Amino acid sequence: MLMNLFKFKGGVKPPTNKTQSVTLPIAQAPLPSRLVVPLHQSIGGVPQPVVQAGDKVLKGQLIGEADGWISAAVHAPTSGTVLEVAMHVQPHPSGLDAMCVVIEPDGKDEWIERQPFDYANAAPEAVREYLQQSGVVGLGGAVFPTHGKLTPSKTVPMEELVINGAECEPFITCDDLLMRERAEEVVRGIGIFRDLLQPKKVLIGIEDNKPEAAAAMRAAVDALGESFSVVPVPTLYPAGGAKQLIRVLTGKEVPASKRSTDLGVQCFNVATAYTAWRAIAHGEPVVSRLVTLSGNVHAPRNYEVLIGTPMGELLQLAQPHPDTDGIVMGGPMMGFLVPDANVPVVKATNCLIAHSDRIFPPKAPEMPCIRCGSCAQACPHELQPFEMYWFSRAKNFGKTQEYHIFDCIECGCCSFVCPSRIPLVQYFRFAKSEIWAREREKKAADTAKERFEFKQLREEREKAEKAEKLAKAAAAQAAKKAAEAAAAAAAENTDPAAATPPVAETAPSTDATPAVAVDAAQEAKKAAIAAAMARAKAQREAAQPKNTEVLSSAAQHDVADIEARRAAAHLTDPEPGTPPAPASEKAE
Amino acid sequence: MMFAPAPYLLKDVSVSQVMTQVCIALVPGIAAYAWLVGPAILAQIVIASLAALLAEALMLRIQGKPLAMFLSDGSAVVTAWLIALAFPPLAPWWLVVTGTVFAIVVAKQLYGGLGQNPFNPAMIAFAVCIVAFPALMSQWPSVGLQLSLVDQMNVILGFMPRVDALSGATPLDAMKTALKLGEGSVDVAHLLANQDIYGNFAGRGWEWVAVGYLLGGLWMLQRKLITWHVPTAFIGALVAISGALWLYNPAQFASPLFHLFSGAAMLGAFFIATDPVSGCTTPRGKLIFGAGCGLLAYIIRVFGGYPDGVAFAVLLLNLCAPVIDLLTQPPIFGMKDKA
Repeated sequence: MLMNLFKFKGGVKPPTNKTQSVTLPIAQAPLPSRLVVPLHQSIGGVPQPVVQAGDKVLKGQLIGEADGWISAAVHAPTSGTVLEVAMHVQPHPSGLDAMCVVIEPDGKDEWIERQPFDYANAAPEAVREYLQQSGVVGLGGAVFPTHGKLTPSKTVPMEELVINGAECEPFITCDDLLMRERAEEVVRGIGIFRDLLQPKKVLIGIEDNKPEAAAAMRAAVDALGESFSVVPVPTLYPAGGAKQLIRVLTGKEVPASKRSTDLGVQCFNVATAYTAWRAIAHGEPVVSRLVTLSGNVHAPRNYEVLIGTPMGELLQLAQPHPDTDGIVMGGPMMGFLVPDANVPVVKATNCLIAHSDRIFPPKAPEMPCIRCGSCAQACPHELQPFEMYWFSRAKNFGKTQEYHIFDCIECGCCSFVCPSRIPLVQYFRFAKSEIWAREREKKAADTAKERFEFKQLREEREKAEKAEKLAKAAAAQAAKKAAEAAAAAAAENTDPAAATPPVAETAPSTDATPAVAVDAAQEAKKAAIAAAMARAKAQREAAQPKNTEVLSSAAQHDVADIEARRAAAHLTDPEPGTPPAPASEKAE
Repeated sequence: MMFAPAPYLLKDVSVSQVMTQVCIALVPGIAAYAWLVGPAILAQIVIASLAALLAEALMLRIQGKPLAMFLSDGSAVVTAWLIALAFPPLAPWWLVVTGTVFAIVVAKQLYGGLGQNPFNPAMIAFAVCIVAFPALMSQWPSVGLQLSLVDQMNVILGFMPRVDALSGATPLDAMKTALKLGEGSVDVAHLLANQDIYGNFAGRGWEWVAVGYLLGGLWMLQRKLITWHVPTAFIGALVAISGALWLYNPAQFASPLFHLFSGAAMLGAFFIATDPVSGCTTPRGKLIFGAGCGLLAYIIRVFGGYPDGVAFAVLLLNLCAPVIDLLTQPPIFGMKDKA
């Protein structure tokens, strides 16, 4: 069938190195001595372990439960005993540990009871959930949970379903062999995706350096009576990048800010379709995958490998040369040297390349950028890598974002062509992580500020509430006391002229306090003091002789004299508790 | 365990390979130069190269940078060759050395070395020397002179007196002066008939040197060492303005062919304006940069004070390059409809 293909700008043509590993059919890797199965094998939530040390497990038994919608379950790759659930080093450039289930195989490789899933009669929702429970994730390397991509957009009609069999990275041939040997199951898997997404077209893109795979796929499509198009695409790295393949097959460009679904396209790897079919038709969760062993080895080949197999042990099958000094997981353009030979094969492991200086000569020293623009010409996202490099180096991260650093897919084309051998992608990763770190910091600071402000607000509110409560209580108390005092005063006071005015003055005010200013503690206090004063006055007046006002001046004088003498005597009286001890102490 | 980053496969390219190929591309032009104009150019190239390498080594030493790595990058040699080709072939050795040292020390290393210079070092050398030593810089030998190599060397090294008879004006200079002095009474066709100076379509001998540069430039294009943008825009602009004025008055303005193959037009279009460090990098920026160079070169040649304008045109556009780049950023993948 003739089809109008589109081009993406840029791209490079590294030596493909694929012929070495396609001469022999796929082989089954033997059971390893131990399997270390990481729980976090897909993008999204970390699955929770559902087994513990000592448990017996069967092949395909659930060992990690999906955590949230964007997450996928993890299963035991073979039957055996769980040795431990513990932290182990991961196949990740960071070399960090993560929670793993370690299984000692019993050698029987005994499956759980497998039942096909009747997907023809199941709701799409149920199919998606089944795929999630089967641990089906994108096997192209990004390991995005597949069910998450199988929901069509509500607003944009699904135009094209793109199936990625391009496999553009040098050395890797696992998708090639999968399509050659298991094309029918791949095509059936694509049928499931087609049923769920209802696209108008299904396009299977395969780089034109794999004619056997394309022929096998075409034959399978015809045999199954499907209307899928098998399209050979030009061999140009990174034609296998989802965005590049979508561009080549549909002419649509998906920017970093959008998802392909927004443009009516969805893209899956051929191996993902295969595992989806195995799960649906055979009840087999994803417990193994195809891995290419290549590079500095005697016998490069593709193997079906259990997830969790230690890479060092696996690589021995290909008989690495003695000068092998490391293992690259993935291709030579985007892969990485694993931190330890014991790291396990995971769902993202498509290829192991034995590394040696002979096949990957050490990089010459980095020279200054001469702005030759080769990187910009090679960039498939049409970025200006030399500008991003300049600003990354200067730590001017705002500028790197102006030059769209987050559109960089880290394909390595720029580093590949740079005559100054500048590890450009490293600079971009550095800049991205710095930007992320700063955003996290800013977010943390914002949260802390918010929390502080909320705390302040709450404390103020509590203070106000407390004061109100106190004021109410005090006012009530004061009113009660004032009332008592007034009553007492009224009872004792026989001279209305002398006793009534103060009581009359205070009583209304104390009475009024609760009504007028209920909430003011100050007022309450004032009222309480006033009440106390009124009480004291009333007492004093009650204790005073009542006949002094009407005395003669002489008698008054006598009384005054007596009072003066009394006062003087009281003042001059030495206090009982003040001995002259301090003075004597000083003298000594 | 090592953690070298991907990609592990690298294309077999290096800065020194790029520079070496630029030198190779210069060879046809140099060969024509040595054959038709004077073999002394080879000596000048050697002198300039030695001066450049020594100056570079000294500056690297002072800055504590690795000598071998940067001396072998070839950038100093390219600068030296361009300087030798831009200077009069019989210029005294110390003039070439002065220009080269200034280019390497001031225009390149003081700005931070390889990849950091805002101006084209070779053109800085030319501009500095033509301002400081205008007389020496305008002494171009007439092609008909036919001095032996030994005599040429003696002139360069100062063992033979520089006499006026040695030098004639360049074809461009002769044309300009004659047209200015003639004030309309002299026409271009009449001038071109002077076979001492002019050949088939431009300066005698020089036209073939320019053809050599053109061939080298096409080879660089084919090797993808340069992109088509700058040379095409340069030549296009030069042809457009010279063609327009030539059509307007063919008696007073020389043809586009004459301008293309005279002076430093071809050298400038393929080897000087294409310098990535000091030029523009975006596709549209390169077009503007090249066209600006071609246009300014013509204006300076015909209406300005210097016989050839390529050096000043390039330097002026070097000044504008950052702004041009900033204003001509191409839209990226997936964002084309937004522009």
